[in-house]
Amino acid sequence: MFRASYLARKGAQLALTLFAVVTFNFLLFRVLPGDPIRLIARAGHLSADEMAQLRATFGLDRPLVVQYGYYLRSLFHGDFGFSITYRRPVSDILAERMVNTAILLGAATVLIVVLGVGIGVIAAARRGSKLDSSSVVTALLFWSLPTFWTGMLLVFLLGVWLHAFPISGITTPGAVYTSTLDRWSDIASHIVLPTITLALVDIGQFVLITRSSLIDVLTEDFILTAKAKGLSRRAVIWKHGVRNALLPVITASALYISLVVGGAIQVETVFSWPGMGRLVYDAVLRRDYPILESCFLIFAVAVILANLASDLMYQVLDPRVREA
Amino acid sequence: MASVGVPLGERPGAWASIRRTWSEVWSDALGRTGVILLVFIAIIAVFGPMFFPFNSADVGKSAQDIFRPPSAQHWLGTDELGRDVFREVLAGAGISLLVGLLATAISILVGAAIGLIAGYRVGWLDSVLMRVTDFFLVIPTLPLVIVLAAVFGQSLGIIILVIGLTGWPGTARIVRSQVLSLRERQFVVRVRSFGASDLRIVGLHILPNVLPLIFANTVLVIAGSILSEATLAFLGLGDPVHVSWGTMLHFAFVSGATGRGAWWYFLPPGIGIVIVVLGFTLAGHTLDRILNPRLRGR
Repeated sequence: MFRASYLARKGAQLALTLFAVVTFNFLLFRVLPGDPIRLIARAGHLSADEMAQLRATFGLDRPLVVQYGYYLRSLFHGDFGFSITYRRPVSDILAERMVNTAILLGAATVLIVVLGVGIGVIAAARRGSKLDSSSVVTALLFWSLPTFWTGMLLVFLLGVWLHAFPISGITTPGAVYTSTLDRWSDIASHIVLPTITLALVDIGQFVLITRSSLIDVLTEDFILTAKAKGLSRRAVIWKHGVRNALLPVITASALYISLVVGGAIQVETVFSWPGMGRLVYDAVLRRDYPILESCFLIFAVAVILANLASDLMYQVLDPRVREA
Repeated sequence: MASVGVPLGERPGAWASIRRTWSEVWSDALGRTGVILLVFIAIIAVFGPMFFPFNSADVGKSAQDIFRPPSAQHWLGTDELGRDVFREVLAGAGISLLVGLLATAISILVGAAIGLIAGYRVGWLDSVLMRVTDFFLVIPTLPLVIVLAAVFGQSLGIIILVIGLTGWPGTARIVRSQVLSLRERQFVVRVRSFGASDLRIVGLHILPNVLPLIFANTVLVIAGSILSEATLAFLGLGDPVHVSWGTMLHFAFVSGATGRGAWWYFLPPGIGIVIVVLGFTLAGHTLDRILNPRLRGR
């Protein structure tokens, strides 16, 4: 399916990018103003001796290159450091939070891709109609909404005003569940508003890309052939058109992943969803750098891997680019 | 493009083509809406604070003065400190626009420079520059901006720099691909055969032909920069001295304005952001359709 040389090149690129991200992350948090030892010893007075001892314990007396070596070794062992505000290892906190973010983003992504592509196809199929032009305008309008503000608006309209959905957290505080199903339905009611928020803001680009890609495909000769064969309109559009129009959508989904990570930070903040995004917000407010550093690294690696996946998927779906 | 190859300043049709572009934008329903929205916001940002100056120290005198709904005295009510929301919104417009415009200026300068060099100097320099561009393209922007702002501090200058220096990769890609196609065109090949220097070719012959594209891209990037600023400020990384719409929404959020139903506090700044971002998006979308050779005729 893939050529060995292609995979080798992609693998080398991936390794280089990951290395660059890790190094960037290391350097960025070493130029921080302030002395980490002073931060730990915030309250009490420390003698010069004690300071030096702490410095040696954390390896801060070694040259930067040696510290970098320590850093890489810890990363490979899954050690992301220790959070000062939570007084727990960062990796433990991340393990809890990542699942919640994955649930939220999974739900939102399914909704966005299905609805976005669907609306885009319908708009393109009726190009020039009222439905088409209003779908473009609506897509641009929703694209212009700040994600966090859309969340606040939904909290106000559907939560505070109509009391239709819970507005905060992932489960009802203090709830006792009679069954697993019970617990999941509680989570499901909590996920509604954050998911709708993400969907509203991020759906526009899928609508626009699907629409313009399908409009292009529908002018191709093979569409004319399909029509001439007497295929139904539905078959022409879905079987011959959409299949080919989806390629640019896959390229765009790589960009979407970068965007939705930002969306998660905003939405989780507004709805107190206990995921990585809320963790970032809290870490920013408390200046918990070990957490901030690890979250950035994980977000970056996730997006890099997603980009690679979309590249590979493109190769599978479009035989024409396989040679390149 | 009949006059391709003649420098912009000497091109007889430079003004004519600007006028033509303007009339095309104005005759497009979406483009016209965008321009009207932007003019509206510009008037608010420039004249608002002149007639209704905002003083952030002008807080309420008692607990009765906070979170007051709109009244004759406070047209948009008061915030959690008893300050006038209407005046605060007017003052915030300028800060949001300022950050958006300056950050975009940085993004476009960096992006256009890298795109021009990479597109013109095919070879190792191009590969290196494009690797760097791709690196910044795949790194998720918001986490990057958050981390940089959290590390380097919360002044307006830092925020402008951070947003500007992370927003250029898209522009670099667009400019490079356009330059790549231009440098093989006949008029460039011809000037080069006359012995024109690279600087002269790029400055006088290639740049004028990418400028329209850069312009359309600029308008779209402004929308993104303003959204970035609002998001950063909302997350508590804004400049506490210069209150933008994003900063207002941060304080509305942490003071629980949504839970209290204080709609007059969180609706106006949000609507302001939507209007200005929508204005730039609609105008940029229309310009892109007119000026981008790849999209023309769609």
